[in-house]
Amino acid sequence: MNAVDEGRKVEAASTAATEQAEAVQSLYAKRVEIYPRAKIGDRLAWFQKWRWATVWITQIVFYGLPWLTWNDRQAVLFELVARRFYIFGLVLWPQDIVFLTGILIIAAFALFLFTAVGGRLWCGYACPQTVYTEIFMWIEKAFEGDRNQRMRLDREPMSPRKFARKAAKHVAWIAVALWTGYTFVGYFTPIRELGAEMVALQIGGWSAFWVLFYGFATYGNSGWMREQVCKYMCPYARFQSAMFDQDTLIVTYDEARGEPRGGGSRKKSRAELGLGDCVDCGLCVQVCPTGIDIRMGLQYECIGCAACIDACDHTMQKVGLPKGLVRYSTTNAVRNHLDSHAMWRRIFRPRVLVYSAFLLAITTALAVAMSLRVPLKVDLIRDRGALASETEDGRVENSYRMQVSNTTEARRAYTISVSGLPGLTVASETRFEVGPAAVASIPVRLLADAGQVTPGSHKIAVEVRADDDPGVAVRETTTFLGLRR
Amino acid sequence: MSDFTSVFWDYFVAIITVVSVVGCGVFLWSQSKRRVKVGAGPDPDTTGHVWDGDLQEFHNPLPQWWMWLFYITVVFSVVYLILYPGLGTQFKGMLNWTSSGQHQGEVKAAETRYGPLFASYLKMDVPAIAADERGRQMGARIFQNNCAQCHGSDGRGSRGFPNLTDSEWQWGGAPDAIRTSIVEGRKAAMPPMAAAVGGAQDVEDVAHYVLSLSGASHDSVRATRGKEKFAACAACHGPEGKGNPALGALDLTNKTWLYGGTVAAIAETITKGRAGVMPAWKGSLSDAEMHLVTAYVYSLANPGKAAASPPATK
Repeated sequence: MNAVDEGRKVEAASTAATEQAEAVQSLYAKRVEIYPRAKIGDRLAWFQKWRWATVWITQIVFYGLPWLTWNDRQAVLFELVARRFYIFGLVLWPQDIVFLTGILIIAAFALFLFTAVGGRLWCGYACPQTVYTEIFMWIEKAFEGDRNQRMRLDREPMSPRKFARKAAKHVAWIAVALWTGYTFVGYFTPIRELGAEMVALQIGGWSAFWVLFYGFATYGNSGWMREQVCKYMCPYARFQSAMFDQDTLIVTYDEARGEPRGGGSRKKSRAELGLGDCVDCGLCVQVCPTGIDIRMGLQYECIGCAACIDACDHTMQKVGLPKGLVRYSTTNAVRNHLDSHAMWRRIFRPRVLVYSAFLLAITTALAVAMSLRVPLKVDLIRDRGALASETEDGRVENSYRMQVSNTTEARRAYTISVSGLPGLTVASETRFEVGPAAVASIPVRLLADAGQVTPGSHKIAVEVRADDDPGVAVRETTTFLGLRR
Repeated sequence: MSDFTSVFWDYFVAIITVVSVVGCGVFLWSQSKRRVKVGAGPDPDTTGHVWDGDLQEFHNPLPQWWMWLFYITVVFSVVYLILYPGLGTQFKGMLNWTSSGQHQGEVKAAETRYGPLFASYLKMDVPAIAADERGRQMGARIFQNNCAQCHGSDGRGSRGFPNLTDSEWQWGGAPDAIRTSIVEGRKAAMPPMAAAVGGAQDVEDVAHYVLSLSGASHDSVRATRGKEKFAACAACHGPEGKGNPALGALDLTNKTWLYGGTVAAIAETITKGRAGVMPAWKGSLSDAEMHLVTAYVYSLANPGKAAASPPATK
């Protein structure tokens, strides 16, 4: 009995109930442990290989990236305190949040596109919840064995042997979880220093909290929660139906071919017995990480991991029937018996094309914006106290304060120039330096001849240009005020 | 709480809060089970809700631990209301927490952290701080927050607000004089002098004479006439118009003009008088902060004495 059936169970009300048999049903159900079977054949099955490939790729990137060095600093570091995001040669500032927005929009549209075409590809292969559950179940299998051994072990009373196995499993889980937490925090605080602090037991309070918090989340979600995260907590699982349509690739059971299911017999052929191709081996249910039976059709619990496809193909091969009784297909293809060519041609439907167009447009826009980005930010603010003042020699003076951010990692010299009014000059220092990835506040005083400036406001431009690269320049417009007499 | 002086509101808040918390618990308990008819009516596997004729809502129960999470939030709110003041002002909470208390704690923590730094600067004399890069920057930040509104972000002042970067000082430019200006504030009182000088023509004559003192262009005939009337001004500005820092009387022989250097502007000053006010900062700023600002202002007017330093860098 799976978790769903458990909840649907109707408890008989007290014997005093009238003939109108009323019963009380709980709206909450006890979770029933799922024991997904890992081993299908002697070797890794086809989609199993793909899942392990994404596990390796994502985890090599995740665990490895913080250890790379670039420009004598950590290559990828999100320094929240200093508000600088280093990604290899790129230094992002809070003002660059628009790039993060762009990346998030790209991620969202990529998710929409992949879901419209291939269903829950993200859930089945790339989602951290799936990936870490896969790793944790591999560890579990190493200590407790596969499905049947684990079920037997859990039924046994506690014994030294059982305790040792369980304890070893949890120690291994916690080790992986803590290393994950440590790596995660290592993206926000230099990972080597963090490691040294941890070894010396001098880790700061917040760093320790986040290492433990993220470690606990990994341990809890991958070790204990597993499919419940997908079923009850994940919002994406809930709004994916908006991206699905009749032509979305999903893991489907070919009901017309498979039913009626049955074991068959050695004496008579399946056709003689009136049986479909499903031999009812139950392997598809045993391997399912969410404990469902794919033969009941598309269900919200299905994360699209394709484990049941591997299992069914293995069985079909063994009994000498064609593969693909459970396969990636679309509702339309199964219902209307489309061949694979007709099914794939339906990829070019408006939904997919619109998602692709948005994805392409935003990716292009982001790439262009990134390449045109100038590593210099200038903010020019008029002094509010004084609008305009007169100098000893009768000229008109306006004061400003200029924030100059050098977003490169080298000390740089800049020169200020002004334009917009005849005879407008910079009375303060025109040349200044700003340290690497630093902000300087520069007072700027502009002078104009009284004869050239009529009372009121005049549009002018102040340009800041790097001395060593004329391409690095920012023009800021502001106003110059003439004196009222 | 001045709007809610009546005790009624304390009980109003407390009762609503308690009823809400208890209500949530009762609601949770009552909604965790349902009665279904067996045999007749809709399939117990569905909730009985049907939309669009055929769209049924299945009964998909949440896991049991999820319900306990809800009960934990109820327990949490009860514990929170016992510890913190969430039930009006009648019950202070067992921790006696207040927002002002937390603020004071943070101020105290900042004082223990930065106090020694400020104390070390309080011991240094003004020219030494002006030459010290960090001390100057600290002074600059205090200046930007408190002084720049009138004197400008570069300290160059504007009409009616003295320029602090030149060598002209209304009240004296020695470190002690600057500090007194900041600590005690200053009140300049140029009285309306029209009556003492004479008519409108006489006032303009004096204005021309004042312009002549600094070598600005003027009508020499009118200036000569004005010189006689200047005797009324000499009491404060001195017979030569050199001013008197003790009174805040400006030096009229230089080319800086606090209220404008045209005949019309000077005539207005003479006719109506001027009352410049620098507020006292004691009470608003600490001794060390005022000391640091003094050093910064000193460094503005004496750039040679302060070490040449790059602009403030964060």
